[in-house]
Amino acid sequence: MSIPGTTNRPCGGRYSDIVDSIGNTPLVELKRFSPKPGVRLWAKLESRNPTGSVKDRVARSMIEDAEEKGAISPGQTILEPTSGNTGISLAMICSHKGYPLKVVMPDNVTPERTQLLQMYGAEIVYSDGTKGSNGAVELALELAASDARYYMPYQYGNQANPLAHYNGTALEILDELDDVAAFVAGLGTGGTLMGNGRRLKEALGDSVKIVAAEPMQGEPVQGLRSLDDGFIPPIIDLALLDRKILVTNRDAMVWTRKLLDEEGIFAGVSSGAIARVAVRIAGELDEGNVVFIVADDGWKYLSSGLYTRPLEEIENLESTLWW
Amino acid sequence: MATIKIPPVLRASVGGEREVSAPGASVGEVLRGLVQAHPATQTQLFGGDGELNRYVNVYLNDEDVRVLDGLGTAVGEGDVLVILPAMAGGRR
Repeated sequence: MSIPGTTNRPCGGRYSDIVDSIGNTPLVELKRFSPKPGVRLWAKLESRNPTGSVKDRVARSMIEDAEEKGAISPGQTILEPTSGNTGISLAMICSHKGYPLKVVMPDNVTPERTQLLQMYGAEIVYSDGTKGSNGAVELALELAASDARYYMPYQYGNQANPLAHYNGTALEILDELDDVAAFVAGLGTGGTLMGNGRRLKEALGDSVKIVAAEPMQGEPVQGLRSLDDGFIPPIIDLALLDRKILVTNRDAMVWTRKLLDEEGIFAGVSSGAIARVAVRIAGELDEGNVVFIVADDGWKYLSSGLYTRPLEEIENLESTLWW
Repeated sequence: MATIKIPPVLRASVGGEREVSAPGASVGEVLRGLVQAHPATQTQLFGGDGELNRYVNVYLNDEDVRVLDGLGTAVGEGDVLVILPAMAGGRR
């Protein structure tokens, strides 16, 4: 008896192990979000990576780059400042490859992140939450300087971060779409925007607009003593960006809910912000493809009640580091 | 008159206000209006070259003026300038 072929191609592929399976994420059209017939809106579901976020690509790229350069060998402790996703990705990969991991993380992130990190065996060092991610970066740099046994991939300054997208995410998008009018992603380390932006501009020219959605940090997480405490990730080149748009926590949440309610996409808060900006950009176009990144899934925000309760009832809406 | 939203780190320099108004047809003019009214903001906002300090982000409504026309970005009546310190991106 012959076995019928699958009718749901393409399948997710066949891989030698879980780390090898990172990437190759689906590109899903969001017809209900498209503001006009000639403009097609596409979500690149990075939430479908093994630990549920785009950071799997970055973490793998940074660890394999360090291995190739002979900078690390199994047993050596990896140290990284993160507010969550990169730490979780590193924790999975380091656990798989045999590297102990220590992450420095603000103390005001959602509790699921702590559990996920512990689940993969990472050690957590908490930094002052009022200093946001700046505080985690500062503390991790101090720890790294104090002990030469640590290897810090340092996603904010590591070119392996944007290269994960230059050699991965962007190529996958170009495989699926002949033209892209705009690419929208969240601005954190800048890796997603820089890597995809460079590759898409090289392939499609300046007609593709690279758009950053940026979190408007609430006042409770702007705990700087002076502007000199500010931080700009070294890998960011603003010249590559065509637009850079602020999104408040509240708008990000409204659109996270819309992604779920209208398009069936269960995503994290940054993806709501990115979707909001993508829909706005789509509304300014007459035709073309707008691609945006769904950076992570919603599981690690469930305790906030964000998906089921009225926004007015969400506690610490402005003081939590959502993305 | 444009409205300027002041971040906590700059409020001491503007008498504790959360927002102030200043005239001007461009981002540069509005910010120089702010400096004129509150001289303590000068060295925090601008470098010796007259450009925005590296760690100061200014948004016209919600768009970063650095990727628009910088200090030359046109400002209309009723526009809001948001000044924010450069922060490491969120959950990364």
